[in-house]
Amino acid sequence: MDHESPIVHDIFGIPGADLNLSNLLMTFIVSLIVFVFCVWGSRKLQMKPKGMQNFMEWAVEFVRGIIKDNMDWKTGRLFLPLGLTLIFYILVSNLIGVATAGVVGHTLWWKSPTADAVLTLTLSTTIILLTHYYGIKIQGTKAYLKTYVTPVWFMFPFKIVEEFTNTLTLGLRLFGNIYAGEILLGLLVGLATTSATGFFLSALPMLAWQGFSVFIGGIQSYVFVMLTMVYMSHKVNTEH
Amino acid sequence: MVAAASLFRGNVLVKGVGFVHSYIDSLTIGANVGGLQWVDMLVQLFFFLVLLALLKKFAWGPLMNIMEKREKYVADEIEEAERSRAEAEKASKEAADQLNQVRAEAQKMIEDAKSAGTSQQEQIIAAAKKEAERIKEAAQADIQNEKERAIQALQDKVASLSVLIASKVIEKELSEQDQEKLINEYIKEVGEER
Repeated sequence: MDHESPIVHDIFGIPGADLNLSNLLMTFIVSLIVFVFCVWGSRKLQMKPKGMQNFMEWAVEFVRGIIKDNMDWKTGRLFLPLGLTLIFYILVSNLIGVATAGVVGHTLWWKSPTADAVLTLTLSTTIILLTHYYGIKIQGTKAYLKTYVTPVWFMFPFKIVEEFTNTLTLGLRLFGNIYAGEILLGLLVGLATTSATGFFLSALPMLAWQGFSVFIGGIQSYVFVMLTMVYMSHKVNTEH
Repeated sequence: MVAAASLFRGNVLVKGVGFVHSYIDSLTIGANVGGLQWVDMLVQLFFFLVLLALLKKFAWGPLMNIMEKREKYVADEIEEAERSRAEAEKASKEAADQLNQVRAEAQKMIEDAKSAGTSQQEQIIAAAKKEAERIKEAAQADIQNEKERAIQALQDKVASLSVLIASKVIEKELSEQDQEKLINEYIKEVGEER
């Protein structure tokens, strides 16, 4: 049960360039699943939607609702692809580790990519950087800089700190939820494999926890996109 | 793990805590917390951005397109329906107006025809009366003519009779008394003939 990450050290002879091959594999698989699913879902588009198109359009409407809650749709429509990709990517990432965990030998290959703080923080950092980018692009540099000293100048340090806390909380919230779910699932699996008694003892909690994890996975992907749009609206909304 | 399992069998509640601890320590996911694996970050970022770009092109773009197209289509349809409804209303109003107009015209025509008929009737009656009058007058004139002709003929006959009487009187040479008697008789005869 002594699992290890399949880490490759010092790629191309660059010191400190360590790559977790599991992350590479899982992000690739998740991207592939999301890509195939979404492209399959949105093929043969018709004016009168049928089957999968209904679901895809529902998803678009859902994300559009999130965006519309936070900002003007005119600027918000720019972020619809981002929000949609995020929600699908995170949802699939969250769920992929709930049903299965793959261990080859003593190496943990198959897991939720979002159960790794490095990857969730990458996502959150990307999002925060994007909010700054679009803040400057849409509002202009002057208005963007002005947001740091509104409503009063001494808010400046807090605003700076806020950016970092936003990044951290956004990434770690997702990581924590999914990681906790995977740990408990791992424990239950461990219990189930020890003995027959353990198997029966763990069956019911396992079922319940998997269901809960699916729920958590959905909620967290929604929360992530929601907060993305909230942060984005702070930067791009000219009225606020 | 075998040790943990045996512990577990012994006392689930108390020893379970220790089991969880040892298990978390042994998990690799735990080992990943902390440590800045920037290559992982780049890889993840790369995959995510590629996914974003591809989906934008192949999924979200077309989806948004068709949804906007549908929205526009629905709006157009509603507008079109409203317009055609207004048109229909206008047309039906026009039709009703025309119908009323036609009805009024028909009424007028009937009345005209009636009055024309009445006047023609009067004319015909007047003409007939006139004609009757004319025929009556002509008949009266004829009667008068006939009467006059008859009187003329009678007078002619009286004259010739008188001559005849006179000649007979002369032939017989009657007495004055007989003469008178004869004349009276003839006159009487004539009077009876008449």
